[in-house]
Amino acid sequence: MNWFYFSSPSTFYGLAGRLAPWCFVSAAVLAAWGLYLGLLVAPTDAQQGEVYRVIFIHVPTAWMSMFLYFIMACYCGLTLVFNTRLSAMMARAIAPTGAMFTFVALWTGSFWGRPTWGTYWVWDARLTSELVLLFLYFGYIALANAFEDPRRGDRAAALLALIGVVNLPIIYFSVQWWNTLHQGSSVNFKGTSMHVTMLTGMLVMSFAAWMYAIGAALVRVRSIILERERRTQWVRELKAA
Amino acid sequence: MNSVPQAPGSFSGGFAWAMARDLRLAWRHPDEAVLTVAFFVLVASLFPLGIGAEPQLLQRIGPGVIWVGALLAAFLALPGLFAADYADGSLEQMTLSPHPALGWAGGKIAAHWIVSGLPLTLLSPLIGLQYGLTPDTLLVQALSLAIGTPVLSLLGGACAALALGARGGGMLLALLALPLFVPVLIFGAGAAEAQATGLSPAPHLSLLAAALIAALVGLPWAVGAAVRIAVD
Repeated sequence: MNWFYFSSPSTFYGLAGRLAPWCFVSAAVLAAWGLYLGLLVAPTDAQQGEVYRVIFIHVPTAWMSMFLYFIMACYCGLTLVFNTRLSAMMARAIAPTGAMFTFVALWTGSFWGRPTWGTYWVWDARLTSELVLLFLYFGYIALANAFEDPRRGDRAAALLALIGVVNLPIIYFSVQWWNTLHQGSSVNFKGTSMHVTMLTGMLVMSFAAWMYAIGAALVRVRSIILERERRTQWVRELKAA
Repeated sequence: MNSVPQAPGSFSGGFAWAMARDLRLAWRHPDEAVLTVAFFVLVASLFPLGIGAEPQLLQRIGPGVIWVGALLAAFLALPGLFAADYADGSLEQMTLSPHPALGWAGGKIAAHWIVSGLPLTLLSPLIGLQYGLTPDTLLVQALSLAIGTPVLSLLGGACAALALGARGGGMLLALLALPLFVPVLIFGAGAAEAQATGLSPAPHLSLLAAALIAALVGLPWAVGAAVRIAVD
């Protein structure tokens, strides 16, 4: 078996096209299940009342915002080390989805903060570092598109993404390192302080967000591949067919 | 300016050569460095006029305003770091020189800090006096700038090298560099503020120094890689 068979844009184009619909279908099913658990089954929180239900969107999107940056940075590392074409395209395809999740996490967080903390925004470590993450995504996208030569943009933006990786542990550990208004995590590998249906709903929503992110990245990478490879034989044949 | 020295190349040779060259260039065209300092003084003077000149308010915002002013001044000096050398081809010659990129890139950044960061550090007590900061706070402020502005030069140097030849010039550089400057600003301004409110500035200064060490280790390498990407 050739492990690098799908590392060529032309073969990956077909694979991405076949996988993407399945990702979207499973994202929809998981989101429906997760929202049913979160909004209808999970009990009302003893301290926060109904408003806590924002976590079924907020926590999965916040997780994905960091995780997608990590995945993007891995692709960027591959781009710089092995100079592979497809990994740079994947990094570019992931970035807008990551930025979207970061924005949604900040947005839902401020909706939750208004009734709970009494303010839409505080400048605590978690919120500030997540905002920096949003700007890192914007910077990556802007730098990648700032050059005539797309390969040049790939490599410059890849290096920027790798420098920005420093921010990830800062976001993750900010609630432990600083005395922040943002609460610590209720979920860790040793167990959870949450009701089990709350946790299930949150995990199901996380998988839904995950599936959506993969699907969106695959659809986007297909158009990037077509744009980059528009002068090649296989794209011409595709167009003719 | 003279010919790039021939083999054998070394880190220290490249560092000294690039630093001496950039310092000499800055010395022959002092307007740029003077403008940076003038900008810093001007920005710091605008805040009391805009916000109001109550002594207590000024003491409260002083450290933060001075740090933001220093950050913006360091940022404005960034495009000059590589752009001219990139445009006339000297940067390409440097990448072809026998010296490792780590050396001459580090030398250029050191020169950039001596021209932009160091004057601001030395000037900051004067601005601090305008804000009515106490002598202790002035000292901590200058110390935090002395540790923090090299980090700004290193981070900014990496961003400036990445943005070489890009569309969108200054705004793009702002989008790349300013978010990365945020932690430096927080710990730098935090140190002087802690001192002003009677707490120990040591934790902030330690974190700032840790950031400087990490930046010294990692970023010259990143700057070299970014320049290589630019001239490829």
